[in-house]
Amino acid sequence: MFMKRHVLSMREFSREEIDSVLDLAASLEPYARGKKSDMMAGRILALLFFEPSTRTRMSFETAMKRLGGGVINLGPAEGSSISKGESLADTVRVIGGYADVLVIRHPKEGSARLASQFSPVPVINAGDGAGHHPTQTLLDLYTIKKESRLENLSIALVGDLKYGRTVHSLAYALSLYGADITLVSPPGLKMPESIKADLSGKGTAVRETSDLGEVINNVDVLYMTRIQRERFPDPVEYKKVASSYRITPEFLAEARKNLIIMHPLPRVDEIAPAVDRTGHARYFEQSFYGVPVRMALLRMLIEEGA
Amino acid sequence: MRDNPRLEEKPRKDDEPKGQKVRPINNGTVIDHIAGGQALNVLKILGISGATDAMVSVVMNVDSRKLGRKDIVKVEDRELLEEEVNRIALIAPDASINIIRDCKVIEKRKVDLPDEIVGVVRCQNPNCISNTLEPIKSRMLVKVKNPVLLRCLYCEQPLTERIAEYLI
Repeated sequence: MFMKRHVLSMREFSREEIDSVLDLAASLEPYARGKKSDMMAGRILALLFFEPSTRTRMSFETAMKRLGGGVINLGPAEGSSISKGESLADTVRVIGGYADVLVIRHPKEGSARLASQFSPVPVINAGDGAGHHPTQTLLDLYTIKKESRLENLSIALVGDLKYGRTVHSLAYALSLYGADITLVSPPGLKMPESIKADLSGKGTAVRETSDLGEVINNVDVLYMTRIQRERFPDPVEYKKVASSYRITPEFLAEARKNLIIMHPLPRVDEIAPAVDRTGHARYFEQSFYGVPVRMALLRMLIEEGA
Repeated sequence: MRDNPRLEEKPRKDDEPKGQKVRPINNGTVIDHIAGGQALNVLKILGISGATDAMVSVVMNVDSRKLGRKDIVKVEDRELLEEEVNRIALIAPDASINIIRDCKVIEKRKVDLPDEIVGVVRCQNPNCISNTLEPIKSRMLVKVKNPVLLRCLYCEQPLTERIAEYLI
């Protein structure tokens, strides 16, 4: 059962709660694809994005509108009350009075939790600095469940595992399902020890390597992330590392037939466009699944708060 | 100086040997078994600054069988509240508290950290929302009591070492 008032961090989700979100998302998928609905008629979602976002912001907006609800938008911080020095606490109290649910993205870690303490309505964290982005993890899990399997899963998380908040939350959530996780990253971008210790403590099998070729034949899911140029002071070193984590159709020749490739997007050059036409690519489906998953959360939170 | 405060707080007689470093107090609180070097941070936690009217004695780096070296703080005419005492556990988890009345130890207890510390320690993450001008106090969840492990309620960043540096 889902009994949450806010969605702030994956760490607050039990496996049963995740399952209930994924099940509801599956039943709402036809509406995400365009079937008419007035489930959320008269309800208002407020978007408070203090940082740029394309997919997250637009998929929340799509989710609410396709269910017949309305969306209000804080807009850019310049010219708003924020630029006049209003606190986040006050902003949230005011906009919480206009809407039934708030979705917030903010550059400071812990901002969504602060918002939840002041908001009169439920708060969904859409990314707080280097902190959490739980709706991304839920849509990743939904994609894995739909396109592969969540039980007895063998997955490789690839790329920047040090700074990538997406992979930290995903690894934690997968540990609830007993997944077999392989961490593939350049030596300087390994997953932090504290997160690995947490996974091992939950009985999750975790392996580490820097060689992607070593694991490609043995996994059900390849979860790619972007290696950011600014992490490398030496551009030559960046090029070397980035090219060793580039997926091409040739590279996939030996992969399992049912291997799927995911990516939170945007990609730069870590997945060659030609991979899009192979049977392995699922990143655009993954991006679409953000809509039914966010629909499910909106329904659960607004009904719970009603 | 010995570890036993009951002996320590005996009224000093004129013929007492000269080794005693601080005279006993008649009324107030003696905080003993503070890890060596942490006494000034204990005063900070208690809000005792140079501007205080209270008579305060601080002894630092005394030999201790239990801790190797320890500090002792004596605050006269002030009986510390349990909440104040427990905050001391942040930097001195082995500290013991002795409440003195009429030269006698009437209560002796160990410090015990509460599950949450509010407004005492700031988060070490400079990008945490609790380090901005928002109208909130810092909130640290106590995950482990000794050695102390705190976790910021807001950004979840852990804090284990150098806690004294982050006292507000």
